[in-house]
Amino acid sequence: MAGPEFEVPTLTEYTEVPKVKEGAMAHMKSFIAAETSQSYLGYPHALPADWKERVIDRMGQVLEKFRSVRVFMDACVHCGACTDKCHYFLGTGDPNNMPVARQELMRKIYRRYFTLPGKIAPWLVGAEDLTQDTLNSWYNYYHQCSECRRCSVFCPYGIDTAEITMAGREILNYVGIGQKYSSEILVKVQKIGNNLGLPGPALEDTLLGLEEDIEADTGVPVKMPLDVEGAEILLVTPSADFFSEPHVESLIGYAKVFHAAGASWTLSSKASEAGNFGLFNGNYETMRKVAMRIRDAALELGVKRIIVGECGHAWRVAYAYWNTLTGLGYGGNDPFSIELQKQLDPRYPQPQHICEYTWDLIQQGVLKFDKSANDDRVITFHDSCNVARGSRMGNEPGGQFAIPRHIIMAVANNFHDMAPETIGETTFCCGGGGGMLTDDLIEARVKGALPRMNAYNQVVQKQGVNFLALICAICKAQFTKVLPYYGFDRNMVGGVHQLVSTAIKLD
Amino acid sequence: MTSLTVFYTGLFYFAALVLIGGVAYRIYEYSRTPAPLKIPTTPAPTTNAGVALRMAREVVLFESLFKSNKWIWLFGWLFHVGLALVLLRHVRYFQEPVWFWVEFIQPFGKYASFAMVAGLAGLWARRFLVDRVRYISTPSDHLILALLIGIGLSGMMMTFVSHTDIVALKAFVLGLVTFDFHPMPADAVLMAHLLLVALLMIIFPISKLLHAPGIFFSPTRNQADNPREHRHIAPWAAALERDKA
Repeated sequence: MAGPEFEVPTLTEYTEVPKVKEGAMAHMKSFIAAETSQSYLGYPHALPADWKERVIDRMGQVLEKFRSVRVFMDACVHCGACTDKCHYFLGTGDPNNMPVARQELMRKIYRRYFTLPGKIAPWLVGAEDLTQDTLNSWYNYYHQCSECRRCSVFCPYGIDTAEITMAGREILNYVGIGQKYSSEILVKVQKIGNNLGLPGPALEDTLLGLEEDIEADTGVPVKMPLDVEGAEILLVTPSADFFSEPHVESLIGYAKVFHAAGASWTLSSKASEAGNFGLFNGNYETMRKVAMRIRDAALELGVKRIIVGECGHAWRVAYAYWNTLTGLGYGGNDPFSIELQKQLDPRYPQPQHICEYTWDLIQQGVLKFDKSANDDRVITFHDSCNVARGSRMGNEPGGQFAIPRHIIMAVANNFHDMAPETIGETTFCCGGGGGMLTDDLIEARVKGALPRMNAYNQVVQKQGVNFLALICAICKAQFTKVLPYYGFDRNMVGGVHQLVSTAIKLD
Repeated sequence: MTSLTVFYTGLFYFAALVLIGGVAYRIYEYSRTPAPLKIPTTPAPTTNAGVALRMAREVVLFESLFKSNKWIWLFGWLFHVGLALVLLRHVRYFQEPVWFWVEFIQPFGKYASFAMVAGLAGLWARRFLVDRVRYISTPSDHLILALLIGIGLSGMMMTFVSHTDIVALKAFVLGLVTFDFHPMPADAVLMAHLLLVALLMIIFPISKLLHAPGIFFSPTRNQADNPREHRHIAPWAAALERDKA
């Protein structure tokens, strides 16, 4: 690793609220998307001559279509409750990384063009004319938001900056200013089937290789079936699980769980990606297109259950949106949703998280573990933002916090939580979510990880923690990259099902 | 009628029209804009009864704000509860005879004005003292606080320092309600108080005061967490589905 070109923050016992440092991150600019990916997604690739009209036009459409944005534009009173809640502000001190200020970048324009006081007395209410500088600031700061929703927990009106960031990115795309990283991923997932751009045959080879590895390791022929028609369960998992470390260790864990349960399951080459970057860019249609691959695969394979692997934003989209976008769930009374519903097994929630599945089996006594196999590990668990604040597991609110911890404690002996204000619903984002997991944003990623690193450092120092358990592909990649900046070993990172994999007893 | 009476009569009809019409229009706008996706901030209640309870805690106790910052919560809650009691106390000017409970809360409403102004002062102080809040404050943020404090102090003047002719005032107000007009008392403090109140009513539907109706429409707070059990789809999204199918 080359030395960083920025100052890595120093770890402290508690994360202190920094003084406002105007412009501290104004230089942070993600690479802009090129023509190929932009035109595939139906956007221009350069600023059109009528860009001003297009911005206002798109903003008007967003205000018509999304109640969240409309209400959030009006409701903020600038009370300051959110100002010290964003990890990017805490790590950088840049005031535009305070959630309210990030929203104001758009609200200034909203007021000027959509409200009476902004039209007649802009100076009074903080309204501003739309200029190219506006677009530049949107681009900079809407790509320094990981859409983690931590601010929305604390806002007295529930204003969710993620909704504003998504709208901002959509409007930017609409005038040709897309982000290279997210744009290209959205093309790959639609053209090839997954975010990594991994074609079917390569996937098949990988899975065969993994099967051999597991058998060599355990002596048990654990299978990783692909495109098996008539299988009971379709596993949809982030494509990083097929190729990246430590992600693949969790994939092995899922396979072992299915094996031990004697389940009939399959992966799909068409739905070889649980992630849906459509979420990050606020374009409903794109998000729907990407999600439809899962529905199509489920119908083609005739599966009865759909289970989602360890991925934070994917689980949010799956849990909260799949039913809306693709009819994958219950309660639909239109032909479109009934077609899929009648195929699904009504005894189970659809879709189901792999942690829900594994925990059910543990409770039924189906899985057996040798907990001492994990004794070299002292574990803590990081609640991923999208799982924590955008979804649920199990039947009770908060199950998304309880179930992964129950699993860890069922398969390992040493577990310690981080400080309570940094986990659960107030968990800090890893710093790399929401379309920010790209090297051109590394400074924001490292600095944004500060609050999590501070809390982690405390349990490392005091409880001797040496394993950061995760249930998100982005968290895994982000921490693997960022831990060394703070002086930790990158191998401290792993998945919850990696722990399951270590301890599970196979016959 | 004196020109003073004509002016204040006209002003209050205008202000009431703007307030009611404006807020009604906003509510119409919020309610007709669909929320296409399930976005409750979780953990969230799974039933509508649970949502009602969450919303009640939010509106009455300012639950989220309490989680966030105890100072803002304290000042904000003092101000809002103080204002609520003061407003309820004012019901007596609009009715004859006066309801029992309105009679009962008179002393509480009187002293609640101190809580109201103290809360406002605390909130205003934060706009100068906390660098983050200073950064996000606009001129209108300061002016709205000044307006509310002006309303509070002018009202307190009449309650605690120099009493206005309350009988004449009540006749004027009842006259507005029953269209049986009576003269507006020519008291400088009262005139200032009522002018500021009318101004507040007029700016309500075009300012951040819209947070009051807005919170009830906030999807992160008013949605039940049940997306796997109920298919939630907006009309424009359903149309999209039919076109693509």
